[in-house]
Amino acid sequence: MAKITLDRIRHSYFPFPSQDEHYALKRVHLEWRDGGAYALLGPSGCGKTTLLNLISGLLVPTEGRLLFDGQDVTHASPEERNIAQVFQFPVIYDTMTVYDNLAFPLRNRHVPEAEVDARVREIAAMLDLTRTLGNRASGLTADGKQKISLGRGLVRSDVNVIMFDEPLTVIDPHLKWQLRSKLKELHQRTGRTMIYVTHDQTEALTFADTVVVMNHGVVVQTGTPIELFERPRHTFVGHFIGSPGMNLLPAEVKGGKVFFAGEEVAVDNATAARTAKGRLEIGIRPEFVGFGKAGLRADIVKVSDAGRFRIVEAASHGHKLKLLVPEGVSIPEGSARLAFNAARTRLYEDGWLAGDRPEDEA
Amino acid sequence: MRKTVNQKAWFLVLPVFLLVAFNALIPLMTVVNYSVQETFGDNVFTWAGVRWFEEVLRSDNFWNALQRQLLFTGLVLAIEIPLGLAIALTMPKKGFWVSVCLVLMSLPLLIPWNVVGAMWNIMALPEIGLLGKAINSLGINYNYTRQPVSAWFTLVLMDVWHWTSLVALLCYAGLVSIPDAYYQAAKVDGARRWAVFRYIQLPKLRHVLTIAVLLRFMDSFMIYTEPQVMTGGGPGSATTFLSIDLVKKGIGQFDLGPAAAMSIIYFLIILALSWLFYTLMMRNQEN
Repeated sequence: MAKITLDRIRHSYFPFPSQDEHYALKRVHLEWRDGGAYALLGPSGCGKTTLLNLISGLLVPTEGRLLFDGQDVTHASPEERNIAQVFQFPVIYDTMTVYDNLAFPLRNRHVPEAEVDARVREIAAMLDLTRTLGNRASGLTADGKQKISLGRGLVRSDVNVIMFDEPLTVIDPHLKWQLRSKLKELHQRTGRTMIYVTHDQTEALTFADTVVVMNHGVVVQTGTPIELFERPRHTFVGHFIGSPGMNLLPAEVKGGKVFFAGEEVAVDNATAARTAKGRLEIGIRPEFVGFGKAGLRADIVKVSDAGRFRIVEAASHGHKLKLLVPEGVSIPEGSARLAFNAARTRLYEDGWLAGDRPEDEA
Repeated sequence: MRKTVNQKAWFLVLPVFLLVAFNALIPLMTVVNYSVQETFGDNVFTWAGVRWFEEVLRSDNFWNALQRQLLFTGLVLAIEIPLGLAIALTMPKKGFWVSVCLVLMSLPLLIPWNVVGAMWNIMALPEIGLLGKAINSLGINYNYTRQPVSAWFTLVLMDVWHWTSLVALLCYAGLVSIPDAYYQAAKVDGARRWAVFRYIQLPKLRHVLTIAVLLRFMDSFMIYTEPQVMTGGGPGSATTFLSIDLVKKGIGQFDLGPAAAMSIIYFLIILALSWLFYTLMMRNQEN
């Protein structure tokens, strides 16, 4: 068990990187608390797997250091780091039985056979593999094979961290849900650090206490699911998390006040707005827009019913906005005034939350 | 679902059927024809029954040649398969050296067989050949035209030089098709080099190894050109393999009946042994 620190890590697959675009990971400075349940969320190709392979030691970073409990392990092998990793596609040892597959990581470390047996049976019971323990692993379905991969990741009791690289891609939907709750349960029982890589926001938000959102090789925000929802640090987070995503409107700053198409909009980070320069946008989630007597003039374009609430599409000064309207609230016909919840309305500067850009930290 | 019957489909199979007929079926049937009849030329045939088969199976020449053949093929397989696999395991997986290695490995395979025989023939000459001279100057009495052991050593060495590349290239193709995730998982699981070979690489190479063994078995069992050019079957009959014996019988002595019978026996042996190899190596695949 260990606290994992990524100290100004950059990684490139090019032998001699010279530009920012050559880096798969542009700038990562992170700390993973011991015993946390983390999700690493981002679109395909954003650097999630690279980051994971750096932690596990399958890759060595081009720049920066990796620390386990303050000890430099940047150049240590996966075995020395004592980590477990489950890959996206099932990896099984064809010629072995299910039992031997699960026992493999333990036997390689010369764990006494009695303990191996106990651990294998415990993990097999958890993953419903007990009945097939004696079978050859090569005859199983994709589901079954991936369960073995998961089992091999979970079988060792002393690992520093268990990492899952989109492990449920090949699994049936109903089993997916079941396995995810199993993992969550296991985390609560053993208290081991787990990092779960996914591009599915539902998976990330249900599994993790802390979600790390990545885009284009940069960590854009680290926070609890609620923080990501209520205070997106980047327009990408606002867009990627939540359905529908955050509304974005072009903004101007004049005399410390924020305007959209000439109309003043009250924002939460107005103090930061004074210094704001670059491309400016106002971001507000559809949940925090309502109808009011005063406010932004808009035309109602379309209303669609999504069950417990309705999604209203409106247009204001040629820009589209979405509203989430709960049941029982009447929707005006034609034109309306839109009221923004000022505490949840924020100004973004080149995509970043004004006043909270990564450069501001340095 | 009902299948539509369309007899015209046979026309589509016809070209392949004709091709196979002319290059395999008809020649084979001609041999069968010769093997059960006696002829003295002039297209006059008399029925011989199984007489030629009995003659072949009673002849010492045949059994001796078969023994030599089995020993030669056994040696060749025992050396080339492990050696080829070892070479494939040490070849680079990416970068500039991959193409260099591949080209170098392919070179022996591109040389005509009789040229291979002639090359080694000259190279192994005890007086002037690089190999022959070198061995003799080490104090070892080496002369492949006089000593059966020297002749065997040279032939096996030549075959290993000629064909190990094929095994290595097949194994290499199998190795590079193993996904990286297997190696990564093995690293994370703490597997040693030997365990990676035993539990990942060897099982994944099962198919290509089966093909390599079959190809090398069939080819070495039918070897003719190289020993014919090198030693002509000698010294004495020390390197007279089945094919050399067969050609002597058929074309040398013009014993068409016995030669045809021997061809069929030869063919059946290869067929049976190939089937045996295949079944043994694929045995564990089903359960």
